[in-house]
Order: sequence, then C-alpha cells, then structure tokens
Amino acid sequence: MMKNRDLDYLSSKARAVREGIVRAIGTNNKGHLGGSMSSADVVTALYFYKMNHWPNDPRNEDRDRFIFSKGHSVLAQYAALAECGYFPVEALPTAKQLGSFLQGHPERDRTPGIEANTGSLGQGLSVGLGMALAGKLDQKDYKVYVIVGDAELAEGQIWEAATTAAFYKTSNLVAIVDHNKMQATGAIADMYDIGQVAEKFAAFGWRVLEIDGHDMEAIVDALDAADENTGQPVCIVAHTVKGKGVSFAEHKASFHNGAMTPEQYEQALEEIALG
Amino acid sequence: MKKACPRETYGKELLKAAGEDKRIVALDADLSGSTMSCLVRQQYPEQYFEMGIAEQNMVAVAAGLALSGKIPFVHSFSVFLTGRAFEQIRQSIALAGANVKLVGSSYGFSDFGDGATHQALEDVAVMRALPNMTVLVPMDPGEVVEAVALARQIEGPVYIRISRTEMEYMPREYPRGTLLEPSLMADGKDITVFSNGLMTKEALLARSILAEEGISLRVVNVSCPKPLAKEQILDYMRDVKGVITAEEHSVIGGLGSAILEAAALEPKPTCLIGANDTFGQSAESHEELLEHYGLTFKTIVERARFLARRDV
Repeated sequence: MMKNRDLDYLSSKARAVREGIVRAIGTNNKGHLGGSMSSADVVTALYFYKMNHWPNDPRNEDRDRFIFSKGHSVLAQYAALAECGYFPVEALPTAKQLGSFLQGHPERDRTPGIEANTGSLGQGLSVGLGMALAGKLDQKDYKVYVIVGDAELAEGQIWEAATTAAFYKTSNLVAIVDHNKMQATGAIADMYDIGQVAEKFAAFGWRVLEIDGHDMEAIVDALDAADENTGQPVCIVAHTVKGKGVSFAEHKASFHNGAMTPEQYEQALEEIALG
Repeated sequence: MKKACPRETYGKELLKAAGEDKRIVALDADLSGSTMSCLVRQQYPEQYFEMGIAEQNMVAVAAGLALSGKIPFVHSFSVFLTGRAFEQIRQSIALAGANVKLVGSSYGFSDFGDGATHQALEDVAVMRALPNMTVLVPMDPGEVVEAVALARQIEGPVYIRISRTEMEYMPREYPRGTLLEPSLMADGKDITVFSNGLMTKEALLARSILAEEGISLRVVNVSCPKPLAKEQILDYMRDVKGVITAEEHSVIGGLGSAILEAAALEPKPTCLIGANDTFGQSAESHEELLEHYGLTFKTIVERARFLARRDV
C-alpha cells in the first residue's frame, strides 16, 4: 500500500472506515458500534499510512502485523481491509451472517488480512508478542501493532505480556490502548477503574506516548515516533470517545453492542459523510 | 526390562529436533528443569524462551510464534498447561489451527509427592474436547520418541503427555503404524483391553495372570485418544464379549469415554478403569498412588473376571 501522510486523505479514509462499520452493522442488528468507532482513526492510520502490507499478498512474510486484541471492534478492521481491497466493500453487510467470512470476532483462516483469533479478551498482546519475537529471531524488520481496549486491561494476561515484552526488549511491538473510558456496562471510572494506564505501562518498562486518538496528525506522529528503537516495547495511549462520529452513540455504553433503527442508521451515515 | 525416565528421553528428542530444525523453539514457565526443556536452553539458548510463571501468556505467545513460522514446543506440568491456559489454547491455538506443540509433564499421579494440585487427571478430557487437537499418550520411552517425531510431522496443534517416573520399554511383537493408530500388543479372544501410558504394562501383566484361568485377553495400546482411529478400534472389539479401558486419568472424558463414544452404535459390556471422579493426594511413591486408586493389573484382572462370567 502507498504511504500517504496527506491528512485530508487520511481523514477521508477514516470516514470510509466509519461508513463501512455502520453498513456492516445495518439496521435492527446488534453490532459493536462503540469500540469500532473509537478505534477507527487509529485503524485508518495503520492501514493507510503506517503499515507495510499487500492486499494481494496478505501473508507476505515481510508485512507489518496488526491484531485487534479487543476483537469485538473488528468491524473497524473489516471496513479498513475492504477499503484497502482485501475483499469487496459490498461484503461488509454479510458480517455475522451464517457462513460469512466476516465473523463476529476475527478469525484468521476465514478473513484475508486477519492475523490472529481474538474475542476472548486479554490474549492478543501475547500473540502479537510471539510474532514480534519471531520477527527478531528471523531478523525481519516488520512491526507488530496490537490495539487493546482500556477495559481489557483488567485481564491479568495483559500484564504478563507487558512484563515479558519488556524483558525481551521487543521494540518491534507497539500496543495501542483505545482509551475510550467505557466498558460494556458503563463508565470505567464507575464500574471497574483500571487506574492510570500510561503510568502502569511505564512502570512495566514500556516507552509510553499519549495522544488524542482522533487527531490524525497526532496519531501518525506517534506511530512514527514508535519506530525509534530504544530497546523497549512502545505503548501509545490513545484517548478516544466511544462511538466517535455518530452523535447518538458517543459516550454511550448502550452502543457498546447496540442496534440502530433505520432512522439512526441513516443519521449515522449522514453525520459520518459530513465529517 | 530396560527402563528410562520419559521426561529425559523427551528432553533428548527435543534437543535433537531443535538441532535439526531451527524453526523449533522451546518455551517454559520456570519448570524447564523438570520438563527437560532446559537441555535446549543450555545448548541452543536462541531457541529457548523463558516465559516466567505465566502460562496463559506463554501459550498465546507460542501461538504468535507459530503464526510467524516457528514451531513452538510449550512446556509446563500437564495440570497448569492444559488447565490454567485452557482458554488460550482454545482460542489462540486450536481455533487458529496454530502449529504449536503442547508438552504436559508430570501427568496423572506421577508427581506423587506434590499432591492433588499437581496431579493432572483431566488433561486428556479437556484437550480431547478441542477441535483440531491431536492428543498423544506414550506408553513407554520408545513412544515418547515416536510422539516427538509425529508431532513434528503434524502441521497443527498437538498435546503430548509425559510421565515423571521411569517407564519400561514395552515389547513390539506385532506390526505397528504411527501413534495415530492403535497397536496390538498381545492377542486374545475373550476380552479386549484398550490402554495407554503405564496402564499398557499393567494390562499385559493382567493378561498373563488371566491366561492361567482360561480367560484370554487382547491388549491394544491406544496412544492417540484424539483423533481416535474409530474403525480400527471397532475391529479390535467386534469378536470379544467385553471391553476394558485402562488409563492414568479420570474415567470422565479420557480414553474410556473415547472408546465408548466410538462404540455407541456397536456397544459391548465395558468397564472403565481410571481415577473415579476423584482428586489425587500426596504419597511417597507413584506406585503407592496407582495401587491406592486401583490403577494396577489387579483391577484389570477383577474386571476381566467379571466380564468373562457375565453371560456364562
């Protein structure tokens, strides 16, 4: 894929990804709108700016890897993969239908461009770490990007992976925390406060960058800054808004996995088109 | 009888494999001195990853290594590997079809001193329930060698159980296929015993005792309870009047269950020998526990007598 730092271009791609998310959910079907929308800008920057990847050769061994550890937000990845040409955009509405190659959570053997099976939370960072270790063994230059949810940080395995990544100095591993401050059942601060995310990763030996996860310039700058090899894994804490881009879903736990009425569906597409 | 410690045999095979194939990497969770993955750590440190006492992360990291072309052999005690990290094995390895070899050491009662927390009697049941998983239970050190070779040939997840205590080399008087196929150890016409691990030796002992009473036992070693070679299993039980299964595992979900599932449409009176829905406990020897929980030739002899009498 061509790398393009044109921020207008990237913003237009982010709108296409958000539109794809809405079309994948459709009307009157439950879908993980909130977390897909909050991570949409970071996912766009990865696929249309940062990562080396080849839609016609999805398993090229030199590709950068991207794993959605918060697998329920995979609609953002499906939309980006479709927009890149891994499969037709028209396939997005088949997501979650019986027999579809677009499952409710990512499955690598079903969908081109998917790297790992996730959905049960807390595992994706470890799988990404394994890929990063393999890259170091093979003296490959590829990087591994893993988006984890903030509520997902309650999983103990995340911190096992964090310890191990620092110990093995996997500077080719980048964790991006989609810090939208919401869990499925409410605000994290009220339900199960996971504490200071940046400070925690720093204490585990990671280099930490903190950004507005909807500021495209800040996102691409942080992804570039993550390339500097300090012998540490990198954590980008991306402050985001759950449901970003669709006013009726923003900051709403009810749209973690919610259904849109036909009116809300049209409203969502209009708001996204207006940017 | 020639004997060897299966974990030592395993360690040497793993070391040999790591020397032959640089894609092979070993991972361990601070038990490498027991699982014997320490041999790789010492000889090929670049092919060894110490993962700390964090089995869940270890298993998922292995999935990532496999999905990037490595062939990870992941080690811990059976109970921690298959229990603590079950759901990581399920999602990141079995569902993904990742080429990871899970090596569970000190299974059954073989970690006799450490007690119930360390004694895996459910590991075959949980691994057998996972699609894509191959489960191997070697009967002797020779089959440990075969299991490592077979695991290397299989492109996908494999679980191997390795015992902590010495095992005798079993005779191989009949032609054998790979461990995926059941192997006839001794033929007989009245009752078929399907066994694996240490229980195959016990079945052969029971056979010689029963021969003096006029009860003829066929002994079939089944090192691979998943995927089970169903047709061959049925062939070995069609002409007898009863079946005994014997394993160092719970009677729930292991080899005995697999045999019963296979024979559901052609059932035979069947006795399952194993741990009877119980946890283990500490003892001063492996043999003491096997005796206490009825995992010896004596139980096989009793059950065979019962089955032989049934329809007389």
